[in-house]
Amino acid sequence: MTAKSHPSLAFKREVLDAEGMRPILRRMAGELLERDRDLEQLMLVGIHTRGVPLAERLADEIERMEGKRPLFGTIDITLYRDDLSARPQPEVKQTRLPSPIDACVVVLCDDVLYTGRTVRAALDELNDYGRPRAVRLAVLVDRGHRELPIQADVVGKHVPTARAEVVDVGFEATDGGDYVHILEQTELERTQEEG
Amino acid sequence: MSATDETRWTRKDLLGIAELEPAEIALVLDTAESFREVAQRPIKKVPTLRGKSVVNLFFEASTRTRSSFELAEKRLSADSINVSTSGSSISKGETLIDTALNLQAMAPDLVVIRHEHPGVPHMLARRIAAGVVNAGDGAHEHPTQALLDAFTIRRRKGRLAGLKVAIVGDVLHSRVLRSNVQLLTKMGAEVTVAGPRIMMPVAMETLGVKVCYSLDEAVEDADVVMMLRVQLERHSKRIFPSVREYFKLFGLTAQRLERAKDDVIVMHPGPMNRGVEIASDVADGPYSVILEQVANGVAVRMAVLFLLLGARE
Repeated sequence: MTAKSHPSLAFKREVLDAEGMRPILRRMAGELLERDRDLEQLMLVGIHTRGVPLAERLADEIERMEGKRPLFGTIDITLYRDDLSARPQPEVKQTRLPSPIDACVVVLCDDVLYTGRTVRAALDELNDYGRPRAVRLAVLVDRGHRELPIQADVVGKHVPTARAEVVDVGFEATDGGDYVHILEQTELERTQEEG
Repeated sequence: MSATDETRWTRKDLLGIAELEPAEIALVLDTAESFREVAQRPIKKVPTLRGKSVVNLFFEASTRTRSSFELAEKRLSADSINVSTSGSSISKGETLIDTALNLQAMAPDLVVIRHEHPGVPHMLARRIAAGVVNAGDGAHEHPTQALLDAFTIRRRKGRLAGLKVAIVGDVLHSRVLRSNVQLLTKMGAEVTVAGPRIMMPVAMETLGVKVCYSLDEAVEDADVVMMLRVQLERHSKRIFPSVREYFKLFGLTAQRLERAKDDVIVMHPGPMNRGVEIASDVADGPYSVILEQVANGVAVRMAVLFLLLGARE
């Protein structure tokens, strides 16, 4: 959910700009390498939509440090959601994993960790593709409010938020700039949703 | 030609192409693109429609369409049951409305229906709360066939608008033709319809297509040649003199296909009558995408099921 698709969301504050994000991505890449050095079997998998550019950036950082790029894939969890009937129709995107994933350490990458339900769905989907040696989770922002017992292995930044707030993450490749913004629903929007 | 972000599927039923907006057609085709990938996974099944039940109600014989729907339902984890006319209460004299009410009492989420009379799916849709998909009603519509044909064309040609499409054969009895003509003209293709005069309904031009009575003329410079099955079972002997004569005049041969564009594709909705409307070497030849149509059919039907069931309020 971004400001672009929801004009009723108002900008509240900036958490990170491009300057701030750069060292964080570098540290995240470093932490991933500390755990799993073998790039032949390290697979970064971005969760659509904003997890994909995050995974790409982490892969860039790893390539800069090690001179070699990890494996790369994308995953779309729409078909594995637990709330399909409850929301407006989501667009189905494609899952592309370099196969097989069985011997790999798969790092799921997403921009924001919130309820944990997206990650739950992604784990189910990975399960249908094979049995990775291990699955890790890397997120740029952990905003709290978990509804499932899921935690990230590598976190860019913990950002305490209220539920009415929206964390808007942008990347150079997809949004023309690197940033993390907090947006807030306008009063009008909130009453509409409750009513 | 992709659907805009605002396009949402809001219909309970898919009864025909006639009522669809171009954006809705594009939405189905775009969605099918993603479902195509599911068929390439090691486990060709996703849990999307878990707990939904689908009734496949086929009053007319069908192999391809029914197994295609069934496979689409299974790949999306829906529970499906098949009801066919032989051996069911329908053959014991139950009226269609009673069948519908009994189905309704079992509260399925979706009914896929094929019937020899036009309008039956529409009647059913008004009577039951479940969604209804028309899998062919008489000579009226067969929307999922037209959608899978369009999907196949779009994958091969990258677009639909501006393409020259020739549809040739038994126009009179073809629901595939009616759905295809509407879909293709809505999406901006140039459609020529050809067939013998006895198989050409009056006022065909009013559908926005060019009508001709010669295969060679229709195929000239075509990007797509779609052959229709001669529905021998629907013809009385009087109006259909001989298979050999038909093949001579309207059968697609390799020689006749040379008039089309170099990268022409040949389509057929199946089941084919080899040696009647199409020569075997064309059906199995390099321009044929007939089996691709079948493969794409599953993805398109998954998209339709997903759109109808996946996001109902």
